[in-house]
Amino acid sequence: MKDKQLSVSAIREGTVIDHIPATVLFKVVSILNLDQLDTMITIGNSLGSEKLGKKGIIKLSKVFFEDNDINKIALVAPCAKLNIIRNYEVVEKRVVAIPDKIVGIVKCVNPKCITNNEEVTTKYEVVSKSEVKLKCHYCEKITDQDNIEII
Amino acid sequence: MKNKNLVSITDFTKEEYLKILELAAEFEKKPRQDILKGYVISTLFFEPSTRTRLSFETAINGLSGRVIGFSDSGATSASKGETLHDTIKMVSNYADLIVMRHPLEGSARLASEVSSVPIVNAGDGANQHPSQTLLDMYSILKTQDTLENLKIFMVGDLKYGRTVHSLLQAMSEFNTTFYFISPDELKMPATYKLHLDKMGLEYYEGKDLTEFLPQADIIYMTRVQQERFTDPIEYEMVKNAYILRKDMLEGTKETMKVLHPLPRVNEIHPDVDESPHAYYFDQARNGVYVRMAILSSILGVK
Repeated sequence: MKDKQLSVSAIREGTVIDHIPATVLFKVVSILNLDQLDTMITIGNSLGSEKLGKKGIIKLSKVFFEDNDINKIALVAPCAKLNIIRNYEVVEKRVVAIPDKIVGIVKCVNPKCITNNEEVTTKYEVVSKSEVKLKCHYCEKITDQDNIEII
Repeated sequence: MKNKNLVSITDFTKEEYLKILELAAEFEKKPRQDILKGYVISTLFFEPSTRTRLSFETAINGLSGRVIGFSDSGATSASKGETLHDTIKMVSNYADLIVMRHPLEGSARLASEVSSVPIVNAGDGANQHPSQTLLDMYSILKTQDTLENLKIFMVGDLKYGRTVHSLLQAMSEFNTTFYFISPDELKMPATYKLHLDKMGLEYYEGKDLTEFLPQADIIYMTRVQQERFTDPIEYEMVKNAYILRKDMLEGTKETMKVLHPLPRVNEIHPDVDESPHAYYFDQARNGVYVRMAILSSILGVK
């Protein structure tokens, strides 16, 4: 048992993304393009969590994120927490924050928006963060929290 | 303003609105000039709009510019599946400026990012139609001698009407008090009311058209369209409540004017046409001068 646990736990250098709601874990994987990485990744899902019921966790060896990149996941996992690991120790804890602008990731809610009809990368200004509201750079319509669909 | 795009009314500042309106007044005094001689302006109408296209083309012709373009995408490569991106790339090789109307929202913004020449949005779906807004402002300025501190009534479909949304955005720079008169189904969306709150402006909402009319400086009528209602019975119940008749104008200010972006269906009774308050046909004529002002300032000839 002990051996098995060890093989998926500690990483030497890298980032642990914790407290991801189990239902959005794979969305987080896709937003961060983790399928493009060739470094060691450990993904656990539907683990017991007092706060979330079921949570997901991603451990990324030798990967460190810029704020701009990691903040993208705040759209689907606003309570996710980051542990930065150096030499097996947690040297920094970070929370994610919704950025002021979102490029790509989200589909515009308006079916008549040009971005839903032609090959265009979506762009939004975040006009409200407490209850997420995204204003489309193109059609100027608001996509709100309940309608956020990840591309 | 040289080489600036006019996609959304908020692309321009208050100073730029005023500059356009000042120029429009100059063109009204002298509507035949050859300042656009040698310029080619493309009018791309991916959906038909006779009124807007003729207004732009009249403006271009009046200033001796040349027009290339189309009035219906059925006759173009768009019908062969060419993307907007590619059409704009191609046309920006030929013209000095592109005026475009497109059924999809955000199309003009995309075009402005792709094009090497300025884009003037002549309507992108239900989103923006800034030259309409500027001509509305010109009509208000002409009839009221000022844009500041006016009481503007917006009546009818305030939910989907892009003209009222853009006019609200622009006029909010001039300490306007707004009165929104509409059926419950077609109320002004929260986003715009929030904008007014942020600007510290007063506004009133109501269902009864006649109640506050004596205070109005401008009544801006819009069409209540049947297709906006999910329940046809609802439409039947409200449709007659938002029709302006001549007798309703009794007791209003002498200088008060009724505006309408046109075409009207039945929301302004024909008996209003002969009233000195009716201004909607003059409003349409003002569009030519305003479009002359927009084109010549973006091309940098004024």
